Amino acid sequence: MPRIVVDVMLKPEILDPQGKAIVGALPRLGFTAFSAVRQGKRFELTVDGEVTDEILAQAREAAETMLSNPVIEDVVNVEVVAD
Amino acid sequence: MTETPLIGGATLAPVDSRLSGARIGVVTFPGTLDDRDAIRAVRLSGATAVELWHADTELAAVDAVIIPGGFSYGDYLRAGAISRFAPLMGKIVDAANSDAKLPVLGICNGFQILTEAHLLPGSMIKNDHLKFLCRDQVLRVENNTTAWTNAYAPGQDITVPLKNQDGQYIADEKTLDALEAENRVVFRYQGFNPNGSRRDIAGISNAAGNVVGLMPHPEHAVEAGYGPGHTGTDGLGFFTSVLNTLLGDK
Repeated sequence: MPRIVVDVMLKPEILDPQGKAIVGALPRLGFTAFSAVRQGKRFELTVDGEVTDEILAQAREAAETMLSNPVIEDVVNVEVVAD
Repeated sequence: MTETPLIGGATLAPVDSRLSGARIGVVTFPGTLDDRDAIRAVRLSGATAVELWHADTELAAVDAVIIPGGFSYGDYLRAGAISRFAPLMGKIVDAANSDAKLPVLGICNGFQILTEAHLLPGSMIKNDHLKFLCRDQVLRVENNTTAWTNAYAPGQDITVPLKNQDGQYIADEKTLDALEAENRVVFRYQGFNPNGSRRDIAGISNAAGNVVGLMPHPEHAVEAGYGPGHTGTDGLGFFTSVLNTLLGDK
């Protein structure tokens, strides 16, 4: 069953409190190479059958209107993943 | 419905008999927590509380609407994000934007719902310290000309409970500047910013002043024996303000 993956991230100018906590914890486990972490969301929309242009357009619209809040977030990726 | 007697022997002040005709709707979503307290606050102010369900398709001829706090739809996706698409929300948005300017108050999760519904600008993200915080919070009433704040004096400090994890108010600088210029910052945190909100903003209004949202909880400070310091009733002014508005006194 093909899936449409939608990735949503907080806008770059918005401080990500969760990412900040994660980057603070990484060195305590010996992961010292990372200077910043930003946490986002990945949605997987399963499609029964073929992903048509119309279905992909629906996914893009859902990503902009519901899956993300444009005030604080950007949709950074919409792609079809075949299994 | 008769009201449970007040603890501590407090008695209600006699209220204007015209008030009982005022119908204040309180919306319940799956996961709403504070609807009962909001209903009680409405009754204590002298008005008639009308219970509204998120799936209702009519506003039941209410004169104003309160969207109370809680975790509607478990705050899944984002706080308030799914509630925004409830059938009743479309009616509320239309009525708030209409010439009739239906007064709408969003408290905590209700404020988050109003931003997701684009009735109010900006958004809320996780508190800067990442923790759930519950405390008695001092707020300054920066604008006492809205439908929900006209019972307060300009610049009055009030103390009401605050309890949330996603309470950090954010908006871009242009929006923040516009809110300040248009006197739409209605409440500011005093003494302590509990969540990193931009410019200490605790609550805002729309341009017309009929829609107000804030993170702290006035409905938990309406009754002696329960409010901040066990005596605080500073929140009652929200509920009497809207009655002033409806009666045309202010």
